[in-house]
Amino acid sequence: MNAPVLVEARGLSVAYGPAAPVLSHVDFTLHPGEIVTIVGPNGSGKSTLLRALLGMVPSSAGSVTRAPGLRVGYVPQKLHLDPNLPLSVARFLRLNRKLSGDEIAHLLSRVGAPGLEDRALATLSGGQLQRVMLARALAGNPQLLVLDEPTQGLDQPGTAAFYRLIEDVRREIGCAVLSVSHDLHVVMSASDRVVCLNGHVCCEGTPSVVSNAPEYRALFGLGTGGALALYQHHHDHGADHPDHPHDHETCDHDH
Amino acid sequence: MIIDAFVLRALGAGLLAALATGPLGCFVVWRRMAYFGDATAHAAILGVALALGFNVSIFAGTLVTAFAMALMVSSLAGRGWAMDTTLGVLAHSALALGLVAASFLQGVRVDLEAFLFGDILTVQASDLIAMALGTAAVTALMLWRWEALLTATISEDLARSLGLKPEREGLILTLALALVVAVALKVVGALLIGALLVIPPATARVMARTPERMALGAVAVAGLSVVLGLMASLWFDTPAGPSIVAAAAGLFVLSLSLGRVVRA
Repeated sequence: MNAPVLVEARGLSVAYGPAAPVLSHVDFTLHPGEIVTIVGPNGSGKSTLLRALLGMVPSSAGSVTRAPGLRVGYVPQKLHLDPNLPLSVARFLRLNRKLSGDEIAHLLSRVGAPGLEDRALATLSGGQLQRVMLARALAGNPQLLVLDEPTQGLDQPGTAAFYRLIEDVRREIGCAVLSVSHDLHVVMSASDRVVCLNGHVCCEGTPSVVSNAPEYRALFGLGTGGALALYQHHHDHGADHPDHPHDHETCDHDH
Repeated sequence: MIIDAFVLRALGAGLLAALATGPLGCFVVWRRMAYFGDATAHAAILGVALALGFNVSIFAGTLVTAFAMALMVSSLAGRGWAMDTTLGVLAHSALALGLVAASFLQGVRVDLEAFLFGDILTVQASDLIAMALGTAAVTALMLWRWEALLTATISEDLARSLGLKPEREGLILTLALALVVAVALKVVGALLIGALLVIPPATARVMARTPERMALGAVAVAGLSVVLGLMASLWFDTPAGPSIVAAAAGLFVLSLSLGRVVRA
């Protein structure tokens, strides 16, 4: 029970304006070195939970506690890159941070993007940009790496390669990894723990526990396409007909 | 050398405006705020009318109305209004209201053309002092917040994760924009301030490899436009403000062909 905790939320609710809260009564704990993935449908508050945990949005109820002096490396969902902004990879890595040329070269080769220093950020491919953003997040030697839908716009091999890289980095520097994802198949293979979110925590646990949880199946079904089927454990196959209709409201039982 | 004095004052005013508009203009381009700049600049006419009506300094009147306008636009945008429509409504309403308000001013002959298109050749020493202070303030804001502004421009989330407040950076840009409008009003006028904000950075973009060089390049292009425009204005007796913007436009076209050569 007394294991060290990096981030903890208790009864966390977040509301934007007078509208219904995006998140309500979320309990969440992250331990050092864990890979935790938050999954959920669009609008389920995944990114909001991430931001609230980092103190980027205020909570309307409940509490968020972060370990004192917690070093966070954050990989944003996307960058707003106007083609008229001449920004090299090296300059981007140096934004609000002092880094030597050697440190930049080292960071870039660590994320598998060596030699990109002088390239304009706007000309990078989606996969290269993700690696550069990861390099930036790693520059502060983080205890916690936070990724907001990091593989949006990547194809399947690119996504798989990026998550393998994240696993390597975790093994190397021992940071915890908290990410938001809709890449269900990769989530299943790479996470220590999956949190299934839909405004509140529907279910939580190891990937196999979550993928078999009725709440999870109610949200995602099993018919989300070949990708999911491809990566799921064998015993999941045929256990449920892909076209079997699921009632999404089952999720609300969890209150 | 009486003739030289007003030319020198004009030159000084123009170069101050170039220094103020260059770096801020880059953010206007990077953040796609061109229309936002227009709306703020158009509000200056209302500021002029109010300043004359209440008998306060035109510089102060423009500064306050431009800032109020910029704040209003930001807050409306924050509430999720369609930006394009909001800015269209506000920019033209501010201009129209300003012109109507100016027509009410009795006793004071208001040379509207001077405020719409600039009147750089009549710049007084007192104007120069106000402009220098305004330019110093804008430059200080830009230097102080440069990294933070750049980060917030690229990703608000990234900025937040570093403990920065993108909303505050936006407010700083808004304030800087109001200052620039007040500085540049005498130089190119309310209608063409937007041009001075956008054309020099767009011109400098072709050669620039870093954000900083683009900002310096924008200052250089704006400064060169001021010199060329003033010379044209004196030799051909053309209006100074539009001549400066025309010179900037010419440099922009030149940079396009130059860019083609550089890339080839």
